[in-house]
Amino acid sequence: MSILVDGNTKVICQGITGNAGTFHSLGCKEYGTQMVGGVTPGKGGQDVEGIPVFDTVEEAVDQTGADATMIFVPPPFTADAILEAVDAGIKVIAAITEGVPVLDMVRVYEKVRASGSVLIGPNCPGLITPGGCKIGIMPGYIHNPGKVGVMSRSGTLTYEAVWQTSNLGLGQSTCVGLGGDPIVGTSFIDLLARYQEDPQTEAILMIGEIGGSAEEEAAAFAKANVTKPVAAFIAGRTAPPGKRMGHAGAIISGGKGTAEEKVAALEDAGIVVAPTPADMGDAVVKAMGKQ
Amino acid sequence: MKIHEYQGKELFRQAGVPVLEGIVATTPEEAVAAYEKLGGAIAVVKSQIHAGGRGKGTVLDNPDQRGVVVCKSASEVQDAAAGLLGKTLVTIQTGPEGKTVNQVFVEAGCDIARELYLGIVLDRASSRPVLMASTEGGVEIEKVAEETPELIFKEHFDPAIGLEGFQVRKLCKKLGISGAAAKAAARFMPAICRFFVDYDCSLTEINPLVITGDEQMIALDAKVTFDGNALFRHKSLLELRDLSEEEPSEVRASESGLSYVKLEGNIGCLVNGAGLAMSTMDIIKYHGGQPANFLDVGGGANAAQVTEAFRILLSDPNCKGVLVNIFGGIARCTTIAAALIEASQTVGFTVPLVVRLEGTEVEEGRKMLADSDVDIISATDINDAAKKIVAAVG
Repeated sequence: MSILVDGNTKVICQGITGNAGTFHSLGCKEYGTQMVGGVTPGKGGQDVEGIPVFDTVEEAVDQTGADATMIFVPPPFTADAILEAVDAGIKVIAAITEGVPVLDMVRVYEKVRASGSVLIGPNCPGLITPGGCKIGIMPGYIHNPGKVGVMSRSGTLTYEAVWQTSNLGLGQSTCVGLGGDPIVGTSFIDLLARYQEDPQTEAILMIGEIGGSAEEEAAAFAKANVTKPVAAFIAGRTAPPGKRMGHAGAIISGGKGTAEEKVAALEDAGIVVAPTPADMGDAVVKAMGKQ
Repeated sequence: MKIHEYQGKELFRQAGVPVLEGIVATTPEEAVAAYEKLGGAIAVVKSQIHAGGRGKGTVLDNPDQRGVVVCKSASEVQDAAAGLLGKTLVTIQTGPEGKTVNQVFVEAGCDIARELYLGIVLDRASSRPVLMASTEGGVEIEKVAEETPELIFKEHFDPAIGLEGFQVRKLCKKLGISGAAAKAAARFMPAICRFFVDYDCSLTEINPLVITGDEQMIALDAKVTFDGNALFRHKSLLELRDLSEEEPSEVRASESGLSYVKLEGNIGCLVNGAGLAMSTMDIIKYHGGQPANFLDVGGGANAAQVTEAFRILLSDPNCKGVLVNIFGGIARCTTIAAALIEASQTVGFTVPLVVRLEGTEVEEGRKMLADSDVDIISATDINDAAKKIVAAVG
C-alpha cells in the first residue's frame, strides 16, 4: 500500500513537448512509472520517444485510461491546465510549474476541492511511491520503499530528508512535495489523514517552513486524529521578518508565521521536532521510539 | 513589486477609487509650483519611499523633520520639500538605515471627519482575498491587531464576483457609517476590491481611509504591492518599478534568475532550492556562524548562473567564506562542479570555500572537483559542511 499513487497508476504529462516536460517524462518512465501519454495542444499525433501525444486531456484519458498527470506548462497557462485535468476526471494532478499568479490559484482551488481530484502543488517537486510510481522531478535513486510518509513544502529539502531516512534503513511509503506557494491544492492535514489510514506508513515526517499557518493547523489535527509517530522540521528559523525567502509563501509578515510559533505548536502536539536539517532522519527514529 | 503612493493613487483614480488632487515633485521649486497649482490654502508634503510609517518617521540626523508635513503656505512647502528631498527617512518599516527620499507628493488638503483603516490581502487559511476594515485608522494596524483585534472587521470575497452589497452594509454597520457616507462606501469598497483583483495585487492598503466633513470617502494613502508572478499580464505596471528602492545585488540576482536576499552575516551561501537554502542558513547559525545571504540558484541552474551567483556573493565585502550546498535533483552535480571550476577561473576565490555535493551525478561531480586545481574544503553532509565553514571563517 501507499497513498495517492502506486505501480498501477497511469500517468500523462501536460506540456510533454517542452524541454522540462520531455526530460522528466522520460525520467519518470525510466524509473518505472507507467507514462502512458502526453498532452500539448496542436501536437496531437506526435510522440515523444514512444510516448503518444494528444491535443486534449480528455482525449488522452479516453485512449490511455490515465488517472494521474504532471503539469509542466508555463505559468500563464497552468490554471487552465489544472482545470482541464479536473474536467477530464484525472484523480491525481501534480502541478510542477513555478510562478503561477496567486489569484489564478484562488480561482482554481475551490473548483478542485469541489471535484473528486487531488491537486499537488503548484511549485512543487511532485510525488513518489518508491519502487512503484514517480511523478515529478525528484532524483529517484535516493528513495527506497519503506515505512516513512514524507511531506514537505520544499523540494530539495525533501531530498535531504528522504536521503537521511534511506540511509537509516527506514525507506519511504509515499513522499509528497506540497509546493512553496501561498495557495496549494493539498495541505499537510489532507495527507496526515491519508497516511494515518495507510497500512504501509508507520511514521510521518513533515517538513514545513516559515510563513502562513499550515504547520500549526497540522499540529492541531495530528494531536486530535493521528496515532502514528510524527516528526517534523521547520526551515527558516533564522530568516528575518518581511523578507521573502525564495518561495512566495515563505515570508514572516506582521509577526505571524515565525518558526518559533510553529515549533511550539508542533511540540505541544507531541511531535518530535528536528533542531537542524541534519537531524530529520534521527527525529523520525526518536518519534518511533517514543511509542 | 511595490510602487509609490503617488503611483498607486493614479491607478486608484483610473479605477474609480476617490483620491485627492496631488502632484509629484523632485525639487523644492517643483513642490512650490505644485502647491500653487493645487490652489488651496493647505497642502500636505509627503515623502515617497517604499515603506509605511512615514507620518511618524523622521529624517536621519534631523529628528524634527517628519516624513509627512502639513503646510499652510508656499514657504512652508519649500521648507518641507528641502528638508526631505535627498535625505534619509527612518520609519518603523525601513529599519535603522532608512531610505533615501527622491520624490515628494504635494497633495491638496481636505476636511477630515473620521480616519479609518482598510486593507486587502490574500488569506491563506481560507484561500481567498479578504477585505479588512477598522475604526482605528491612521495608526499602526499591527498594533491594533495585537491589542484590540475585535476592532478589525473582515469580509472574504470571491475574486470572480467581488465584494457583495450586503458585505458593505455589514462593514458599515460595524464601522458606524451611515447616511451619505454609507452610500459613498457602497461605491468605494467594491471598487477597491475590484482594483485588487484587476491588478493582481498581493496587498492594497489605505491607512488612513477618511470620511470628510461632507461625508465623502477618500483614500488618503495608497500602499500597493503587485504579485510578481502576474506581471506578465500587466506589462504597463513594469514602468512604475523604482529600482532605486531595491537592493542592487538583489536586482542583479533577479536578472540572472537567481533568488537572493542580502543579510548581515559573513558566510556566503550558494544552495539549490529555497527550503534547503533556508535550512542551510539555519544550520550555519546553529553552529555559531552568521549567513551573509539567502541564495537559491534554482532547479535548472546552469554554469552562467552559478558564476554570476559567485560574483554576487564575493562582491559583498562582509563575505569571509562561502558554503556551497547542492542536493542535485534537476540540477546535476556535474553542472555545479563544472560551474565551480569555471567560476574559480573567471571570478577567482579569495575566501575559503566549503562544498557539499549530493544527488544526481554526485560521484562524477566530486571527481571533477578533486581532479581540478580549485582549492576547496569538501564536506560529507550538511552538518559537516556548516561546521567546516564556521571554523574556516573563524
